[in-house]
Amino acid sequence: MSKFRTNIMVCGGTGCLASDSEKVFKNLKLILKARGYADEVQVIKTGCFGFCEQGPIVKIEPDNVLYVRVGPKDAKDIIDEHIIKGRTVDRLLYREPDKGKKAHKQEDMPFYKKQLRIALRNCGLVNPEDIYEYIALGGYEALGKVLTTKSQKDVIDIVKKSGLRGRGGGGFPTGLKWEITSKQPGKTKFIICNADEGDPGAFMDRSILEGDPHSVLEAMAIGGYAIGADKGIIYIRAEYPLAIQRLNIALKQAREMGLLGENIFNTDFSFDIDIKYGAGAFVCGEETALINSCEGKRGEPNYKPPYPAEKGYFGHPTCVNNVETFANIPPIILKGPQWFASIGTEKSKGTKVFALAGKINNVGLVEVPMGITLREIIYDIGGGIQGGRKFKAVQTGGPSGGVITEEDLDTPIDYDSLTAIGSMMGSGGMIVMDETDNMVDIAKFYLEFTMDESCGRCTPCRIGTKRLYEMLNKITSGKATMADIDAMKQLCYMIKDGSLCGLGQTAPNPVISTMKHFWNEYLALIKDVDNYQEEGRYIATNKDGTTIRS
Amino acid sequence: MLQIKMGLRLDLSLKRGETMSNTKEMINIKINDKEMKVPKGITILEAAHEAEVKIPTLCHLDLHDLKMVNQTASCRVCMVELIDSKNNRNKLVPSCVTKAVDGMEIRTDTLRAITARRMAVELLLSNHPNECFTCPKNLECELQALAKELGVREIKWEGERMNYPRDLSSDAIVKDANKCIYCRRCETMCNEVQTCGILSGIGRGFDAFVGPAFNIPMVESSCTYCGQCVAVCPTAALTEVNHTDKVWKVLNDPDKHVVVQTAPAIRVAIGELFGMEPGTIVTGQLVASLRRMGFDGVFDTDFGADLTIMEEAKELIYRIENNKTLPMLTSCCPAWVKFIEHQFPELLEVPSTCKSPHIMFGTIVKTYYAEKNNIDPNNIVVVSVMPCIAKKAEAKRPELTKDEGNNVDIVITTRELGEMIKEAGIDFKNLPEEEFDRPLGETTGASVIFGTTGGVIEAAIRTAYEWITGEELKEVEFNQLRGIEGLREGKVKIGDKELTIGIANGLGNARKLLEEIRENKSKYDAIEIMACPGGCIGGGGQPYHHGNDEIVKKRQEAIYREDRRKKLRKSHENPEILRLYKEYLGEPFGEKAHKLLHTHYEARERI
Repeated sequence: MSKFRTNIMVCGGTGCLASDSEKVFKNLKLILKARGYADEVQVIKTGCFGFCEQGPIVKIEPDNVLYVRVGPKDAKDIIDEHIIKGRTVDRLLYREPDKGKKAHKQEDMPFYKKQLRIALRNCGLVNPEDIYEYIALGGYEALGKVLTTKSQKDVIDIVKKSGLRGRGGGGFPTGLKWEITSKQPGKTKFIICNADEGDPGAFMDRSILEGDPHSVLEAMAIGGYAIGADKGIIYIRAEYPLAIQRLNIALKQAREMGLLGENIFNTDFSFDIDIKYGAGAFVCGEETALINSCEGKRGEPNYKPPYPAEKGYFGHPTCVNNVETFANIPPIILKGPQWFASIGTEKSKGTKVFALAGKINNVGLVEVPMGITLREIIYDIGGGIQGGRKFKAVQTGGPSGGVITEEDLDTPIDYDSLTAIGSMMGSGGMIVMDETDNMVDIAKFYLEFTMDESCGRCTPCRIGTKRLYEMLNKITSGKATMADIDAMKQLCYMIKDGSLCGLGQTAPNPVISTMKHFWNEYLALIKDVDNYQEEGRYIATNKDGTTIRS
Repeated sequence: MLQIKMGLRLDLSLKRGETMSNTKEMINIKINDKEMKVPKGITILEAAHEAEVKIPTLCHLDLHDLKMVNQTASCRVCMVELIDSKNNRNKLVPSCVTKAVDGMEIRTDTLRAITARRMAVELLLSNHPNECFTCPKNLECELQALAKELGVREIKWEGERMNYPRDLSSDAIVKDANKCIYCRRCETMCNEVQTCGILSGIGRGFDAFVGPAFNIPMVESSCTYCGQCVAVCPTAALTEVNHTDKVWKVLNDPDKHVVVQTAPAIRVAIGELFGMEPGTIVTGQLVASLRRMGFDGVFDTDFGADLTIMEEAKELIYRIENNKTLPMLTSCCPAWVKFIEHQFPELLEVPSTCKSPHIMFGTIVKTYYAEKNNIDPNNIVVVSVMPCIAKKAEAKRPELTKDEGNNVDIVITTRELGEMIKEAGIDFKNLPEEEFDRPLGETTGASVIFGTTGGVIEAAIRTAYEWITGEELKEVEFNQLRGIEGLREGKVKIGDKELTIGIANGLGNARKLLEEIRENKSKYDAIEIMACPGGCIGGGGQPYHHGNDEIVKKRQEAIYREDRRKKLRKSHENPEILRLYKEYLGEPFGEKAHKLLHTHYEARERI
């Protein structure tokens, strides 16, 4: 990568920065200089390593040693011991919680063992603020290849063959979306990167943009070429200042090098990208709402059809893809669609990035091949449940998804199997709950989120989610009756059936899913459950511990 | 109880005819077992009408000829079920925006569809004040009618309700956000038709409602008070400021001499409030009612309109002959005046300086009439009955309330007068016809047509023609100036001059003409602008049309009928007008007339 003999990579993701990695970075540099090694050893601020639980992370290359929970005061030891004396700093190595086994190398760590990094390939490896590092690892080669040797149709075919599906949650085939947009009449088209990540606990897209912004810019240019757009827009929430800062640096560098702008690679293709800032409304992740917001209108969805591919940004055909979807594009072009399609399951190819959160030991960002089981993610990668407590459920798909229980943990992860067990892939939030969590509270938590984030446009979502939330409140305060539960069920299905956009249509999912899997926890809170004879097969434990058999 | 009538219903045949002639492609669909062929491109809602199936709607509004369509698909009251038995994937869709496609099987009568529709209304009601008894829209409310139509008997959901203070800041419009069902009709009207850009969605989720940006008080916004938002609001979220109490109070004050004037558009619309057919002319009953209510003088704003023509035609001739600013724009419409003040403050030289007819009338009452009848103007109260909400605010403009006090003291709308007549127990429909009082009740056909788009300029031409040429105008009806389309033009030959006349109704259309003027591209000599689609007959204070734009067209036909019924059809032939000039004002557009009958405009901020 450089003339330096050793690179010290310090995680510069938002999580590690919040744990003072900036100071670690500065101290390392100061001490290096003081010791006279500044010409030999380089300190690089990279993107996210994913292992946020153990941050700040520092990695030494080419020694391939990963230090965890590095504080500013540890900088001295890393330089004096590791860099100067060549001795690993033992106390900063990762230890497996149960076994106490130390892991020296990254690939020895269970957290990384089962991961396969395609979208996150450069995160933690390159300095996101230096385009040369990206180029050194094959960056913009895919764009060059596409522009100089492929037709628009070729590109679309490659993406179609790869089997890549939208990573924003819907799972629509990306190649098909490009094809539909490319076939629309009209000369002016747009390609938009949806960086309005908003699921509680999810930070996949943020990490990619912070850690490897060029991969997204390159992919957008490829997509722009494929669909016939000369203008790209990144719609990103203003709450992601670091990602925005790095994107702006990346855009400037790419323009300076002629990788964006007029006649890229001396071809007829010109392409540039604008950044539009969102105010952080969850609903603006819905593509029509996103486009409205880009246009300066109120961020609320429109009825589809017309789809954005037909009538999008200011009425022009527009293709909206998610950050992670884009990040997969350059490797697909370079390594070929067959390579990508060889990873994953029959209908879901490649990998998926998940943000592990909740009561799990290894909170962080992971990228795994499709088809891996939830059990592997939670226990092998995630290191199991905190405090040795019992697993209860995992929520995928964020507030739009549902809970998955122990019995479905061996389901191989893909778009369709997750839907089949009552949840969904979603954009990649994965929140783990343990035995101490009350599932009615969990449902209420998610519902409160969607209620607050509803744009208010349609009745079922605007008023329905509010009433549903009030109903859940009534249940958790022990005032609800069985009749309320019935009314609530009806309301859930009406909101799903009747809402205008995906936000409302999926808002009741956490309630429906927790009712299905944890019915006893609802029953335990119902006032008149003793009198409820209709189905006569519920056994529930009341709040005071008494058993109810009806 | 209000029956919800849809513009769609009446107009579909015409609309379909057009569609069919344009595209011959027909598709096969099935609605509730009925198989039918329909033209490609129509919505399920339209197709269902053909199948004699009524699907309830709330947010949807299609005013065909007035060119306003609200298709936000937000209320979810028109949900129907699409049958997909092959994949076992039936789904609900909003019928107002979903286009029928070949082979589609639609059911409006499944339990799932019926439940969803009713629950949508139940949810709306769960966040709606339970105050129908005292609500200004009681029995005129589309939500109330829907609740009945869908058989809502209980609100299953109790919970928090919106609790915003009412916006009583303006003299014209009351905004009660708690009654906003977020159908966005007003927003579409304000932004797309009127291009004022005042109303838009505020807040989000449960707290969302429509209001001016940052929810500033209406009075601080650039609202023109045209009242078209009020005209399309299905509930009482937007209503006019009610001034009926003030009228009752002065009518019962023995010290006050209360004079009433009614605008031309009232006589062709107020009958609707008493169950009469749209387009019925009820001038005689109107006068009789007002007299029975106890007004001391029952006059006609048409007199003011004739006076306006005297001034405006003279001003037009003056401008043409002296190479002054052309085109000249009419200034009868206060919403339009406020629009230009906010949106085109650099063009304030363009409108005529004439006061609007009812303000002129008020001025004459407080001067000439007061002198003649020896009444202290301070004891005279002028009440205007207007089809308009903006006139309420206009009457409060400081430059129109000078030395002689208010020109006009109280303005009530057609609807408010209807309420008062009902409250007074007057059997409007069966009243014997009576005539306006003299002298200020003598009017011409020219002033009657002030009530419709194209009418003011036609009236002005009738007079200008004779004044310029010195010849008698034989054919007084200028068909080239008539119609209901939002933007029209017509040429009129006067002597050796051919005048090109532009006519706009709806402020969005006015904007187009003003932009031409600003860019020096206007080809017109004179332009008539009315803020409301259709002109005053479609005013914000008129009986609610509930989405049926045919009603507005019927009122227009009635206006022209009334014109034809008049013996005198040119303003300058009105003998009382001539006497007024002779005895009091002097020359039209002369010094005294200028002082009393003309005004000025003020550049205003655009917020």
